[in-house]
Amino acid sequence: MRTLIFRTAAPYLTSLMLLFSVFVLLRGHNEPGGGFIGGLIAASAFAIYGIAFGVPEVRRSMYFHPMAISGFGLFLAALSGLLSYVFHVPFLTGIWTSPSLFGITVDLSTVMFFDIGVYLVVVGSITSIALALEEREDG
Amino acid sequence: MGTGERPLTFFALILPFLAAAAAPLLTRLLKHNAAWVLALAPLWMFSHFAGMLGPVSEGAAIAGGFDWIPSLGVRFSWYIDGLSLTFALLITGIGTLIVLYSGGYLKGHPHQGRFFSFILMFMGAMQGLVVADSFLMLFVFWELTSITSFLLIGFDHAREASRRAALQALVVTGLGGLSLLAGLLVIGAVSGQDDLSGLLASGDLMRNSPLYLAALILLLGGAFTKSAQFPFHFWLPNAMEAPTPVSAYLHSATMVKAGVYLVMRMNPVMGDTVAWETILPLFGGVTLLVGTLLALRQTDLKLMLAYTTVASLGLLVMLTGFGSEKAVEAAVLYLIAHSMFKGALFMVAGLIDHESGTRDIRSLGGLRGAMPVTFAAAILAALSMGGLPLFFGFLAKEEIYAAIAVGGGWATLVTVVAIVGNALMFAIAFAVGLRPFIGAAAKTPKHAHEGPVLLWLGPVVLALSGLIAAMFSTIAHQLLSSPMASAVAGQDLQIDISTIPHIGMPLLHSALTIALGIGAYLALDRLRASMASVLEAIGWGPDRGFDQAIRGLLRLSFGVTKIVQNGRLDIYMTVTFIAVALTLLVPMVLFGELPSVPVFPDLWFYEWTVVAIAVIGLGAVVYAQDRLTAIVSLGIQGFAVALLFMLMGAPDLSFTQFMVETLSVVILALVMTRLRLSVSDHRPTGQKILDVSVAGACGLAFGMLLLKVTQLPFDETLSTFFKNYSLVIAHGRNVVNVIIVDFRGLDTLGEIAVVMITGLAILALIRIRTKDQTVPAKRKGRR
Repeated sequence: MRTLIFRTAAPYLTSLMLLFSVFVLLRGHNEPGGGFIGGLIAASAFAIYGIAFGVPEVRRSMYFHPMAISGFGLFLAALSGLLSYVFHVPFLTGIWTSPSLFGITVDLSTVMFFDIGVYLVVVGSITSIALALEEREDG
Repeated sequence: MGTGERPLTFFALILPFLAAAAAPLLTRLLKHNAAWVLALAPLWMFSHFAGMLGPVSEGAAIAGGFDWIPSLGVRFSWYIDGLSLTFALLITGIGTLIVLYSGGYLKGHPHQGRFFSFILMFMGAMQGLVVADSFLMLFVFWELTSITSFLLIGFDHAREASRRAALQALVVTGLGGLSLLAGLLVIGAVSGQDDLSGLLASGDLMRNSPLYLAALILLLGGAFTKSAQFPFHFWLPNAMEAPTPVSAYLHSATMVKAGVYLVMRMNPVMGDTVAWETILPLFGGVTLLVGTLLALRQTDLKLMLAYTTVASLGLLVMLTGFGSEKAVEAAVLYLIAHSMFKGALFMVAGLIDHESGTRDIRSLGGLRGAMPVTFAAAILAALSMGGLPLFFGFLAKEEIYAAIAVGGGWATLVTVVAIVGNALMFAIAFAVGLRPFIGAAAKTPKHAHEGPVLLWLGPVVLALSGLIAAMFSTIAHQLLSSPMASAVAGQDLQIDISTIPHIGMPLLHSALTIALGIGAYLALDRLRASMASVLEAIGWGPDRGFDQAIRGLLRLSFGVTKIVQNGRLDIYMTVTFIAVALTLLVPMVLFGELPSVPVFPDLWFYEWTVVAIAVIGLGAVVYAQDRLTAIVSLGIQGFAVALLFMLMGAPDLSFTQFMVETLSVVILALVMTRLRLSVSDHRPTGQKILDVSVAGACGLAFGMLLLKVTQLPFDETLSTFFKNYSLVIAHGRNVVNVIIVDFRGLDTLGEIAVVMITGLAILALIRIRTKDQTVPAKRKGRR
């Protein structure tokens, strides 16, 4: 699999896919997309990178252990639900705020953080499985 | 009792747990003297409960509580009548002394803080148990006593005997707990009540129910295991592996009395039936005899006491089940007396052990000079246990004989059993309380001398209270015994027995008991030898039976595992998929729910092309020469389906399907390469036919299920709701995503937790290097 063309194209492909995954994640509330699909795209991006350059390279570029990312995602999702207790509404009720930054209105919500949590869980879990499988192939 | 009663009672209920949390730190700071501080907790609780004596002795019951989980109707509530209050006072009062005693007994032990923590938690559990009103609270605290006693019995966890005893106690009392739970559920279903106060007001409802016997047996299953009735008695003597403060506390006043408490509590609503008055005296009487006979056999002071505790519990159960008011009064008096003298004697046994280095009665003697205070406490407690005049034990014994000597065959039998049992207990009482102190001084491992105040305070106070309570019996009856007896009997009872002996049958029986007891005491060595030879001749007992049962259970589970988990992936898969096909097909055929033949779909030519691609992909999977090609062909089929989703107007679904297919192909390919299988398929024809039929059946089943589902009339309520409110409530135009992250957020939270756990599990599977290097493949995906 480590042809010259693939190895040259892989970094660009990976970066584009990661960027796209974040785009898909954020637009998910109004257009097709969301945390789950975004996470899958990001996971395949890392898989491509891993096939091209090997597992150690991916682990180095990810910095955190994928399972730690997954755990953080779950934590974030739960935390975004807990915030509703502060406002005395049931667990996981979406809370919205629309602050104005440099003249542009930005919609922020706990729902968005929940979706980011979903994204991180999916990326982390799938990537760690894929990497573990690839690793043994190398070794 | 002012308005501040409710929060204070609640505080009393949680205080032991708070103290348990503080205990390790306090012990690190103050060493064994932390006992003085920690004992303040039970002391305060004791005084709080003592403050209730006034209203309760006038027949009032103090109830309180608050909603715990209102949506489930669960309340954290308490109901304190004479029965609960006497128990609570015994638990907190003896608890105070035990905390002090542990301070001295485990002085310098590296885990003393942990011990304090455990025993305070146990105290909290026990206290909660006796004041609980709602069934759920009763059960929770009941189980909590099992768990904390497991921790206490296994405190010395480096020794195998301790671990075994702890496990045994947990298994036996835990099984009993399950039985109790079932019993409470039956009672709840029959009576429609979910708390004790409601149940107590339900009159004859339980007795007249056809489910009465079932409820009774289940309830007694809990009570008899906890209170060590024959044949479940074996865990109690084994639990003597625990440090002595544990034995003195759990096995005199508290844990083992929980079963008696339960039986007494249920007496007003469950008692007074033929079943009740047969089962209880039968088991109680047998336990009384077995306990005393086995106690004769022992040479260890603690074990002798443990077996007499078994016997005493038998006596209590027997009396409660006897069915007369007098018997209830006798049971109440004996319970109070027993808590005091047995607690004291256990502590004395521990004290002797602590100071002389041995508990073997054969190597003890002449300690009276070295340990005068201990001797005084021991002899006072022994006199009470022996039931001699001037002591509370005497009152109990007089009342017992007055209650059961009513004539008739059954009563005569019970009387004989009681006299023999009491006489043997008399002998044991003096064997423990007198024998180590008199005679020639024996050579002990340690040079014996009087223990520190922390150690002798407990036994002295308890032994004296047995004397004082009898001296001022009118007050004791008025405050403790009569309200408790009234609560047990379910009607107003006045106990008026005093220490002045009356000439009559009871006194005669008492005299007979004492005479027999003195004889048994003098002949103790010979009795012990003959009991030993009898037991050796029998050879088998419930204790060994427990081991055999556990071994059998292990062997059974090994056998079942060997059959069910045989380690062959292809068999697992075949079984799983056959089960899937059958679950789907059998109900459809049985209930005539087969789908009708669908109309031929009206599709555009490019849609037909995509369908064709999917079919070609499937054909390629079947005809592929090597595995990699097959996996990729499966991908073709998946992509074609994703395309169809797109064409039919489900972009989200299609999007996800694309990604899932891609990752599935990648992960499957990775797994396949790791499995080191041969490139092509070598299955024999028979196997191929089986696999094809299973796969075909599964496909057919799912196809028919989907057809059927789409043919059913579609309920639009939900989709209309989501469509209408997605933007309004949740500020999102993508309905699918809004459902995932907002409307059904909790589901998603669960799902991502599952995704992560699956990831962890697969990671673990890959990391474990097994001999045959097999790793089950797992396709991950959603929707």
